[in-house]
Amino acid sequence: MSQTLSNVALDERAYRIRRNALRMGEVQGQGYIAQALGVADVLAVSYFHALTYYAEDPHWEGRDRFLLSIGHYAIALYAVLIEAGILPEAELETYGSDDSRLPMSGMASYTPGMEITGGSLGHGLGIAVGMALGLKRKNSKSFIYNLLSDGELNEGSTWEAAMGASHWKLDNLIAIVDVNGQQADGPSAAMTSREPQVDRWEAFGWYTQRVDGNNIEALVEVFDRARRYDGLKPRMIICDTKMAKGVDFLEAREMNHFLRVDADEWQKALDVLDNGRPT
Amino acid sequence: MSQAVTKKRLTTSAMIASLAAPGQRTKAAPFGHALTELAATRLDIVGLSADLSKYTDLHIFAKTYPDRFYQMGMAEQLLMSAAAGLAREGALPFVTTYAVFAARRAYDFICMAIAEEKLNVKIVCALPGLTTGYGPSHQATEDIAIFRGMPNLTIIDPCDALEIEQAVPAIAAHDGPVYMRLLRGNVPIVLDEYGYKFEVGKAALLRDGTDALVISSGFMTMRALEAATVLEADRVKLAVLHVPTIKPLDEAKILAEAAKPGRIVIVAENHTVIGGLGEAVATLLLRNGITPVFYQIALPDEFLDAGALPTLHDRYGISAEAVVASIKAWL
Repeated sequence: MSQTLSNVALDERAYRIRRNALRMGEVQGQGYIAQALGVADVLAVSYFHALTYYAEDPHWEGRDRFLLSIGHYAIALYAVLIEAGILPEAELETYGSDDSRLPMSGMASYTPGMEITGGSLGHGLGIAVGMALGLKRKNSKSFIYNLLSDGELNEGSTWEAAMGASHWKLDNLIAIVDVNGQQADGPSAAMTSREPQVDRWEAFGWYTQRVDGNNIEALVEVFDRARRYDGLKPRMIICDTKMAKGVDFLEAREMNHFLRVDADEWQKALDVLDNGRPT
Repeated sequence: MSQAVTKKRLTTSAMIASLAAPGQRTKAAPFGHALTELAATRLDIVGLSADLSKYTDLHIFAKTYPDRFYQMGMAEQLLMSAAAGLAREGALPFVTTYAVFAARRAYDFICMAIAEEKLNVKIVCALPGLTTGYGPSHQATEDIAIFRGMPNLTIIDPCDALEIEQAVPAIAAHDGPVYMRLLRGNVPIVLDEYGYKFEVGKAALLRDGTDALVISSGFMTMRALEAATVLEADRVKLAVLHVPTIKPLDEAKILAEAAKPGRIVIVAENHTVIGGLGEAVATLLLRNGITPVFYQIALPDEFLDAGALPTLHDRYGISAEAVVASIKAWL
C-alpha cells in the first residue's frame, strides 16, 4: 500500500505528475495537457493518499479500483501511474506512438493499471456500478473510484448510473467529477446547464461534497470523509479545477480543451513548472 | 344479419404472441428454466434485466435466486455497462431485454464496455425479427445486421425450445460475449425429431434433399422443415441446413452443402433482407467461387406493419404457406 510507506509530500507528487504529463505532451506536440495539469492534484491525493494498491501487482484482487471513464485524460493517468511506479518512467517517450502501451485514449487492454476502456463518454459510472455490485457479491472491502469530467454529465447514461448507484446503496463507490468548465466546443456552461451540481447529486441520493480541486489539503479532507462516511450511499466529490494549473501562460489561454503548444514552449512550460516546485 | 355473422375473426397486434401453431407441442419458458437449472451449479451466474424480466422469462431465475438478480429499471445503457462491471469482477451476467433496445439503444455500451474487452456477458433478447405484431418500436428486424459488425460478439439465433435449453449452458461455457435471440413464453418443440444437439459455431443438416437447399436460422428452420414436409407430397426434395450461430459462421459446413450440384440455395431468416444470414452466406459463397441459383426468404427493407402475427407472417412471406409458395415458384 504504497501511499502509507512514502514520505514524499502530496504537492511534490502533484508536481511530478504535471511534469510527466508535460513531457508526454512534448512527444506529440499537442494533447489534453490542460486537463492533466488541472487534475494533477486530484490524482496525487487519489493515488498517494486514498487508494490502496501494490504498484508491482496493479491487478491485485484487494486493490481499490480507479476507473478513468474520460479516455482523453489518459495522459494524466499515465503520468500518475509512472509516479506510482506502475509504469516505467522511460515509457513516457512512447506516448501516443505506434505500438506504445500508452495510446492517446485510455484502453484497459493496452496499459497496466488502466481498469477500463474509456473514450466513449458516459460509460464509466455504469461500469463502476456493476463493479461495485460485483465487489459486494465477493464481500470485498475495496472501493471503486470513478473519475468523470463535467462534460460527461451531459450524457444521459451517467444519470442512469447515478440512479442505479443510490438504488443499490453502493457505499463502496466514490465518484469524482473534474469540473474544469471546458468542453470541446467551448465552455461547459454553454452546453447544458451544469449547475446546481451539488443539489442534483444529493437529489439523486448521493453523499455529495464540493471542493477546490487544486487545494491538496482540502482534497485530503473530502476524500477521507468520502471513505469514512457511514451512510449507505454512493459518494460524490465534485472538484473545481483550473485548466492548465501550474503553467500560467497555458492557464491564460481561452480555449485550452485541446492544446497545441509550439516546440519552444514546452521547455518554457517545464521551466515555469520547475520554478513553482514545492519546497 | 346477426352480430355473430358480421363480426370479423378476432386478431390481435398485442405485444406478446406465441409462434406455436394450434395443437403444436410447446414448452413454457425454456430459457428461464434452463438458466435457473444451470445456476444451481454455476454460482457465478447473475441475471440482469431492464424492467423486462417477466417478458424474457428471466423472472423464473429471479424468483429462485433473488440475491443474484439485478433489476436495473428501464435503463438499457446502465444495464449493459453494469453487466460489464459485474463481469469484470468475476460474475457471469445473463442480461435480458427486448432485441430492439439492446441493438438500437444500448449498442455503444455493448460495443465498448463489453465486446471491446471480450467480457463474458450473455445478452439474451426477446422479440427478435418479426415475433410481435406491436409495430416497428418492438420489431427487431435488423438486430443481426447491427450486431454482425461488432467484433468479438458471437450471435446465436435458436430455433425452438429444445435448442434454447441446450444453448444456455453452451453459451455460459463459451468464453466471450454472446448475443442470443430469444423465443419466450410457450415455445414450439421441433428439433427432437432430428437427433439434433446445439453447439456454438456449428451448423447441422437436419434433412437432406436433392432439389433445393434451405439454409436457415431461428424459427425459420421450423418453417423450412414444415415446408419440406408439404413439398414432399409434390415430390420436391428439400435439404435443410440449420445455422443457429450467425457469427462466427460454420463456413466449412455451409460451403460443403452449397457446393453440391443440382440444388438451388435459399437462405431463410426472420430478419430484414439486409445484413443478416442471407448476405453472410452470399458473400461466403461468392468469396469461394460457389455460385448456385440463390434466393432469400427474409423480411423486406421496410418498417413493418402492426397486426396479428399470423397475418404479418403471411404478408411478409415467412409463414409456412408463404415459404412453400416461394420455393415452388423458384423450382
